[in-house]
Amino acid sequence: MGSTNSTLSKIPNVEELMQETGFTPAHIVRLYDRFEALDKEKTGHLRPQDFGAINRLAMNPIGDRIIGAFFSPGQETVDFHSFVRILAHFRPADKKHPKDPSMPEPVNSRTSKLKFAFQLYDQDKDGKISRAELLQVLRSMLEMQVTEEQLESIADRTIQEADLDKDDAISFEEFRKSLEKVNIDHKMSIRFLR
Amino acid sequence: MACRTCLWLLGTTFFTCTVRLVVEGVVGSNHSQAGGGHGSSISGIQIVTFKWHHVEAPYLIALWILVAGVSKMVVELNHNLTSVIPESALLIIIGWILGGIIYGADKMQTFTLTPTVFFFYLLPQVILDAGYFMPNKLFFSNMGAILVYAVIGTCWNAATVGLGLWGCWLGGAMGDIDIGLLQFLLFGSLIAAVDPVAVIAVFEEVHVNEVLFIMVFGESLLNDGVTVVLFNVFDAFVSLGGAEIDAVEIIKGIISFFVVAFGGSLVGIIFALLISLLTRCTKNIQIIEPGFIFILGYLSYLTAEMLSLSAILSIVFCGICCQKYINANMDERSVTTVRYVMKVLANGSETIIFVFLGISAIDPAVWVWNTGFILLTLLFIFVFRFIGVFLLTWILNKYRLVPLEFIDQVVMSYGGLRGAVAYGLVAMLDENKFKEKNLMVSTTLIVVYFTVMLQGITMKPLVTWLKVKRAAVTELTLAEKIQNRTFDHMLVAIEDISGQIGHNYMRDKWHNFEERWLCWFLMKPSARKSRDYIFNIFHQLNLKDAMSYVKEGERRGSLAFVRNETKADVDFNKKFRASFSEIMPDIMADNMGPDHVPLSSILQDIVPSVCLDMHEQDLTMRESEDFNAHHLLQQHLYRGRKQHRHRYSRSHLETNRDENEVQEIFQRTMRSRLESFKSAKMGVAPAKKIQTKHQKKDKPQKVRGEGTFSPFLHVRPHSHPLIGNVMCMLCNFMLCHF
Repeated sequence: MGSTNSTLSKIPNVEELMQETGFTPAHIVRLYDRFEALDKEKTGHLRPQDFGAINRLAMNPIGDRIIGAFFSPGQETVDFHSFVRILAHFRPADKKHPKDPSMPEPVNSRTSKLKFAFQLYDQDKDGKISRAELLQVLRSMLEMQVTEEQLESIADRTIQEADLDKDDAISFEEFRKSLEKVNIDHKMSIRFLR
Repeated sequence: MACRTCLWLLGTTFFTCTVRLVVEGVVGSNHSQAGGGHGSSISGIQIVTFKWHHVEAPYLIALWILVAGVSKMVVELNHNLTSVIPESALLIIIGWILGGIIYGADKMQTFTLTPTVFFFYLLPQVILDAGYFMPNKLFFSNMGAILVYAVIGTCWNAATVGLGLWGCWLGGAMGDIDIGLLQFLLFGSLIAAVDPVAVIAVFEEVHVNEVLFIMVFGESLLNDGVTVVLFNVFDAFVSLGGAEIDAVEIIKGIISFFVVAFGGSLVGIIFALLISLLTRCTKNIQIIEPGFIFILGYLSYLTAEMLSLSAILSIVFCGICCQKYINANMDERSVTTVRYVMKVLANGSETIIFVFLGISAIDPAVWVWNTGFILLTLLFIFVFRFIGVFLLTWILNKYRLVPLEFIDQVVMSYGGLRGAVAYGLVAMLDENKFKEKNLMVSTTLIVVYFTVMLQGITMKPLVTWLKVKRAAVTELTLAEKIQNRTFDHMLVAIEDISGQIGHNYMRDKWHNFEERWLCWFLMKPSARKSRDYIFNIFHQLNLKDAMSYVKEGERRGSLAFVRNETKADVDFNKKFRASFSEIMPDIMADNMGPDHVPLSSILQDIVPSVCLDMHEQDLTMRESEDFNAHHLLQQHLYRGRKQHRHRYSRSHLETNRDENEVQEIFQRTMRSRLESFKSAKMGVAPAKKIQTKHQKKDKPQKVRGEGTFSPFLHVRPHSHPLIGNVMCMLCNFMLCHF
């Protein structure tokens, strides 16, 4: 379609982007429209305020964390490429591609998705989910009625269940192990509109 | 428990028996008295006379409503029973019993469900209730699929059942009956429609997911457009006779579909506009505001009926379109009144409908048994419904974002219940044109009983069984549970960010149009204002508070006071009441109006108590060893948006738990954003995380509208205690108005 091509041409390095993320041109165009709709001041970058303008996110207990995940540490803005890269984590996994060990891990593989989820917990990026970090997440996801004691109890038990090396924190491997039985691909994918 | 039930049942039957006999006896005696009175002159003044005929009609109506109510009471006595057998089935059974008694007393069925009574007095309030409580967003986002099922699905059902029966008749399976192709098609069209009353009645017990529910429910409401058209078209064809039908007539039939459907909806929308406008002006007569809703809703139904358009579509769209505006315009108490009265009327109507469906069956005059016809009808509607749904879903899934699963399709097919609407339509047939009317009536009754009772009873076990086959057998670990929920929230957030579900171009355009024009036109100025009011206030208070903090800091010499971690009970009341009194006049001046609660009282209520003492925590931690973490998670994890059940229930008016949840999450998010805003602005290093106990908001208020907030800065997970508390005070104030 004419409009697709014209939109695509506006985006720099779009070929590379598609290659890396696996989105089709139609997907990219859709996402670009969305990006532009969010970027109200047409700066080509998104800031946290722009995400804040999405009303529904305020009603999401981990909405702010997800917004934070878009911004690499130290960065104040998100450009289109990063935007798409993060969203690419949520693409359904491609069943047909054979596992090619020489190629880098595709962005929407199970491991990458898990890493993304891990980073939501691990805010200080030290590779472990400490008790305090877990408490924070739990606090945000549980109703106000739950008291601090109950909260800490839940956190303690969760760590107990998952922590194998007894360091009172959950590393990425332990995290991955605790979610072996969960169908991550199903739980962490959304269907992107063409 | 069982004996109580029996006692009640016996009591009711005796009651009705007695009434009947008394009435009969009195009628008899009155006759004789009237006769006697005529012959001889009046002997003297009668102190008390028994004037039955004087009150006969209203008395009987009132009595029947009472009986229906008592039946419902009887039915609801035993909860175990109602969880297995749906209420509607039990009501039908009671109807049979009552019908039997009446028949026994009268030797004929004096009370049946006549089409007039049904279509004019019993059905409208049920449909209005459905429209008024319809979850609009869900409805319109699935509109395409619903329309496909309603229009194409119903046509498919009608055609296949009609043609199937015709084929079997030609084949001789039904014996010798005086019927033709057109009559078969007519019968097919009236039996094909899924019935909203039955669907609600059965699905209320079975909690299916909201998309599935809205599909079946929406289909049952919208297929009236098709049913009316098909019914009228085939009725006309039968009157014309087979020879007169040519291409012109068929084209006229197709055009009439569009006219009827869109015309009906248009009438509904016009009346919705009228209602909204009217409520805009009813500030001085708040006490009778609720009445307008019902009257105008009913008028929309009758108007559409008068213009031979689809009355059900009209009243549904009236309810759907006016919800938002009347809820905004009317006083809180009026809104509550409307909601409750709506439920009462709908519940009552439904009860009466089912009881009378039962009673109408006990009438040997209408029973004609034709094994072939009846069994084949049952078979065809069942089988063709399944085929139709699966076929359409397969086509639809190619275009849908969230495909409908196999289980959902099975439940959707199985949930295609026929009910009173079909019966009403069949009772309207003209005996002279339709020689086999009684056969059709009997068949319809049997179909209704089969679907409502059998399918109703087996629906719940079926749903449970199908799900159990797929669910995991092992108990999830805590980590998995938490993580599952996190994933749900994550997905919802990503969907919102990427704009995949929900926001598309048309929807945004409609939103803008609606915000600009419709709200201006249809909403009271004060209602409109309160939508934006919050955000102006927010901004103002934000700034004022920032200034007050700076002032406090200057007074003390530095802002070090915020870093103080020793036990300090800060009395915010004393501290900030002074500065708030500066703020208050400004806000008061902003046209608050007489019905707004003054600021000071709100602030007094919600000053949180701050405890900065961390040490107390350690002592009380982990007191109970046998504490069930799993149970807690189950109870208290926020459900994600997908799991918010839009439970359309006939009998429950929920003070929406979802709204509380949403509000709570919203408050906390805003709070944390403000806190980071504060800490970013002040340049103050965030202190260690300190526990605070916040006062719970006890009275849930409706979440009104969604708007955009002024910009927020970086979100950091650390919370700043004192500033945070002030902010949360302000937040609470703000969000009081939601």
